[in-house]
Amino acid sequence: MEPVFDLVPIWAGIIGFGIIMYVLMDGFDLGQGILFPFAPDEDARGVMMNSVAPVWDGNETWLILGGAGLLAAFPLVYSVFLPALYLGVFLMLAGLIFRGVAFEFRFKAKTSRYLWNWAFAGGSILASFAQGAVVGTYIQGFEVENFRYVGGALDWLTPFTVMTGLGMLAGYALLGSTWLIMKSEGYIQDWAYRITPYLLAALAAVFVIVSIWTPLVNDDVRSRWFDQVSLIWLLPVGALISMAVLLRALKRRDEGMPFVATMGIFIFAYLGLLFSKLPYIVPPTYTIWDAASAHESQLFLLIGLLFVIPFVLMYTAWTYWVFRGKVKAGVGYH
Amino acid sequence: MELDPLLLSRLQFAFVVSFHAIFPVFTIGLASYIAVLEGLAYKTENPIWTRLSSFWTRVFAVVFGMGVVSGIVMAFQFGTNWSNFSYISANFLGPILSYEVVTAFFLEAAFLGVLLFGRGKVPPGIFLLSAILVAVGTFISSFWILSANSWMHTPAGFEFRGELIYVTSWLEAIFNPSLPYRFAHMGLASFLTGGFVVAGVSAWYLIRKREVEANRKALSMTLWLLLILTPLQTWVGDLHGLNTLEHQPVKVAAMEGNWETQSNVPLLLFALPDQENQTNRFEIGIPNLASIILKHSADGVVPGLNEVAPEEQPPVAWVFWSFRVMVGIGLLMIAVAVTGLVLRLKGTLWSSQWYWRVLQVMSITPFIAVIAGWFTTEIGRAPWLIYGVMTFEQGLTPSLQGWMALVTLIGYIVVYALVFTGGLYYLMRILRDGLEYQAHEPDDEPSHRAKRPLSAVDVPLEEGA
Repeated sequence: MEPVFDLVPIWAGIIGFGIIMYVLMDGFDLGQGILFPFAPDEDARGVMMNSVAPVWDGNETWLILGGAGLLAAFPLVYSVFLPALYLGVFLMLAGLIFRGVAFEFRFKAKTSRYLWNWAFAGGSILASFAQGAVVGTYIQGFEVENFRYVGGALDWLTPFTVMTGLGMLAGYALLGSTWLIMKSEGYIQDWAYRITPYLLAALAAVFVIVSIWTPLVNDDVRSRWFDQVSLIWLLPVGALISMAVLLRALKRRDEGMPFVATMGIFIFAYLGLLFSKLPYIVPPTYTIWDAASAHESQLFLLIGLLFVIPFVLMYTAWTYWVFRGKVKAGVGYH
Repeated sequence: MELDPLLLSRLQFAFVVSFHAIFPVFTIGLASYIAVLEGLAYKTENPIWTRLSSFWTRVFAVVFGMGVVSGIVMAFQFGTNWSNFSYISANFLGPILSYEVVTAFFLEAAFLGVLLFGRGKVPPGIFLLSAILVAVGTFISSFWILSANSWMHTPAGFEFRGELIYVTSWLEAIFNPSLPYRFAHMGLASFLTGGFVVAGVSAWYLIRKREVEANRKALSMTLWLLLILTPLQTWVGDLHGLNTLEHQPVKVAAMEGNWETQSNVPLLLFALPDQENQTNRFEIGIPNLASIILKHSADGVVPGLNEVAPEEQPPVAWVFWSFRVMVGIGLLMIAVAVTGLVLRLKGTLWSSQWYWRVLQVMSITPFIAVIAGWFTTEIGRAPWLIYGVMTFEQGLTPSLQGWMALVTLIGYIVVYALVFTGGLYYLMRILRDGLEYQAHEPDDEPSHRAKRPLSAVDVPLEEGA
């Protein structure tokens, strides 16, 4: 029985959308944790945490949905990526759990607060680095045979993936600092304005290194970008323009624009990455069609998702709307 | 020493899932109790019900939070350690597990927020509706998980095309033969867990003469509930066992310590199963009783472990003793519930301090029984991951090495120990503050409060803070 229409691209779109939603939203709250040790004082840390407190766990549910959604729609991705990234996944989960617990207890603690600060910062840094290494591993590709991962335990930890891991730290920190510009005021906002150009410089440096390195280590990527000049060159141009917009917005001390421009950088970089690789989803061997589950299985879950996702998006939007505006120092402590 | 990735992965999964299971089994029961309290509050307008409900909602928030944190790992563990299993069965398991996540997602987004933060801010009818829908939602969530689990015990509605499993009938696969029994058995277990914890905590407050009127009400209604549910659970458990006898006879043989297919099988009260020699040592049993329970006649023939080769038998001692721990606690629960009725009829329930102390101790027993029950059913299907279809070994991640599994096993133990210590310590603070605790209204705009489960509770973490 031939399906009436192909659900695979639809599911690729859903998962792709889920991933960028997760990266943008959990990115700015992981960013608070990365910047935590460098914050000017304890009040500033309070504001940083409060600025993401109402939304961070909603942000992380996208990760769980992504994990389960991959198992349902692209089981091959699930069953190759997780064994290949075995230790990285553990570090990421441990990091996320630590910072989740720290989030709850820092508010309720007084004498032990410094401990929760460390747990929050350490967990955020660990999780962010691991996510960057996942991106690097995806670019590197996976050693597979007969639909199984057959590579080693530490293939995901190479100089290249360490570089992408550091890049993710810089990127999330940038999302975090521009988010903070939007949500804070006074000396905390001044501090965020001050550090943002340095974070942007770090991110741009990683971009340059990765952009030169990737075509050198990966023939497929090189031929896609250099064999003939095509429209995909618009994507890095978009990322560059976003960076320029960010710099201009910082100079004019815009409050919302820096965050918007940073999201732009992420989106263009993400699309650039996708167009370097698609339709290969387990590079360099398997395409999205090789990795897809049965048509009936994709359809069965799609029906439920079409019902729930609009609802979740509305609820998410409403939460952000309720918590709009500046976070004041000292508020939210009990 | 050679590190066996298979053994370590099984230990890791057992550890994570046992640790995780104790939270939802409690919150599912507690959610229904809160819904009942809210219903009473709505109907009678007696403020005592509202106070009880507020208190138990604080407990619910913390336990729910710990359940979420400990559950995150499980969404990834199928892939990290059991990637062959995930890959081969994904056409069924993927959508089912996703539906569980989606249900929880939906529930949290919609109704949990209202239950935790909406008191006094939404109309009472809406608030009651949210409490009910949270309770219903927890059941729907557990339905999906138990469907996936039951399918691994009694797989149905599928076929192999090449090496992959394809669903031929969603209805048959989801409502597979052991699902109704497992779902009923677990649902009752959740109620019993919630019931014994509420009874134990109320009794503890009564011993300390705190909030006597409210806690008497809570204890009284809970004891009625337990009086009905404890025997009912025995009956449902028995049906579940008969269903297992039909589909997984070797598991039942291990539960009974019955090595050979025979008639007039005794019910063993004590034995040391000796797998190597395929026999028991130091047997103490009641003649014919196992045959009577399983086949409803003294000379009923019960299948034994010798139906399969020794390497296809589960580790008998584990199954045998886990089962006895579960049943023993179940019988103890009936005795405690009936004692409550006797004391009530004698009119001495509110003066029997010793009984309150018993209830206090009983509050941890449902957790032990639940874990022992899961040990029985999960170890009892060994060596099968999907019964009769795929062994543990076939389901394991091919690239997994022993040291990797060991590192993450130790890692998860450390992480969970820290989370659990923190959570339990905080829970104790909430219990100590009790019903008397008055939340001081935050001075900021209430709608700006965080909407996370744990932030519904503002009891400070440290002493005197």
